[in-house]
Amino acid sequence: MEFPNECKYTKDHEWVRMDGDKVIVGITEFAQSELGDLVFVDLPQVGKSVATHGTLCVVESTKAASDVYSPVAGTVAERNDALVDDPGIINRTPYTDGWIVKLSGVSEAELAGLMSAEEYKKLLAGG
Amino acid sequence: MKKTPLYDEHLSLGGKIVEFAGWQMPVQYSGVVAEHVAVRERVGLFDVSHMGEIWVTGPNAEKALEFMTCNNVTSLYDGKAHYSAILNERGGVVDDIIVYRCSKERFLICVNASNADKDFEWLTKHNPTDATIVNASSEYGQIAVQGPKALELVTPLVTGADLSTLKYFHFVECEILGSPVIVARTGYTGEDGVEIFVQADKTADLWRLLLEHGATLGVLPCGLGARDSLRLEAALPLHGHELAEDISALESGLGWIVKFDKGNFIGKEALLKQKEAGLSKRLVGFHLDEAGIARQGDLVTTLDGAQIGVVASGTKTPTVNKALGMAFVETPHSALDTKLTLVVRGRAIAGHVVQLPFYKRSK
Repeated sequence: MEFPNECKYTKDHEWVRMDGDKVIVGITEFAQSELGDLVFVDLPQVGKSVATHGTLCVVESTKAASDVYSPVAGTVAERNDALVDDPGIINRTPYTDGWIVKLSGVSEAELAGLMSAEEYKKLLAGG
Repeated sequence: MKKTPLYDEHLSLGGKIVEFAGWQMPVQYSGVVAEHVAVRERVGLFDVSHMGEIWVTGPNAEKALEFMTCNNVTSLYDGKAHYSAILNERGGVVDDIIVYRCSKERFLICVNASNADKDFEWLTKHNPTDATIVNASSEYGQIAVQGPKALELVTPLVTGADLSTLKYFHFVECEILGSPVIVARTGYTGEDGVEIFVQADKTADLWRLLLEHGATLGVLPCGLGARDSLRLEAALPLHGHELAEDISALESGLGWIVKFDKGNFIGKEALLKQKEAGLSKRLVGFHLDEAGIARQGDLVTTLDGAQIGVVASGTKTPTVNKALGMAFVETPHSALDTKLTLVVRGRAIAGHVVQLPFYKRSK
């Protein structure tokens, strides 16, 4: 499984990456593999404020609906509308085209507190 | 937790194992969508060894089943099977089953994994005759081969029978790899196919043979995820969703297998009364007209917000490619095209009643 070094990770299996002054959020390769083929993504409205660990969106497989929690507090500045017609993008390319939202107004201190790729790999290995 | 004879096969194929009805079962291998599509377009294999097998035998076997199941057992003949149900006195569904007549004194019942022990106890307790009832679940493995190419895959592997002439809901006792099997032209996917009962210790050999011979046909091993999305498109009920002990068989849409014109059977009186009084709720199909997926337990309301029902099963399925499901709704709101509201995580989503099934194969 792939865990890009430029991303930071949460124990709930989300990743974040800086994109100019915004922060891109998605779910990890591990998360998509656990969820299975996604058939629906309930994206948040642009402008919505989210708290740390607040529900950012809901991703659904044929079997179940799962919440995606926001790794950091911020405001939804953009959302990936390509996921509406093809949620499977998240399964195929979770770190690139499968991004979910871009957040603005995120605190750098909060970002610094997230896990590195190495730390996240250790968590998955049960370490 | 229990393992089927194919557990090690699932692990070596990369199957993702989940707990289901006390069994460790694969929910998927390559992916639910790919597996679902394989069954609709080519052929898929399912491990259904967790299903229960109960033998009812002896001179009074037919009489016993006539009383304890709702379909007309006397209409069966050797080599013929039918879909039926074990009902309770209130007409609720203890389990939905398939009854196979091997001979007038020898019947096999296939029951749901989650209900196998309960069914065996129920049948033993309510048996009105001296018929012998044996729970043989642990002696059998079972593999479902489903899809338009299923018969092409299985027919050449069988000795002692010609599957090409085997009709729907008929079965034959024959051999594969020199071991006795029962091959039934039945399934739970809405596609053509067979279900094969095999000795537990021969199940893995049969599984590998089917995978090997099916490679050129594009066979895929399929998990419980695809099994559920396939059965839902075909509107085949699942016990615990559309069927339950506290929901009458008529409300669940099983009226076609409840034979009031046969002799007495458990549940008959209650269902006759209900039929005469009229059903207060019915199982209907629905599509969502807005983005979202309604799932079991989500409430159904009128456009004004009055509660009229509850979702039994729902998802977005690969072949129909729509958010759909089945729900119990009060009879006045059950007509085709009736507009409904589905309440999903507190949000109202528009939907409407549609004809079942959602998917029907072209013959």
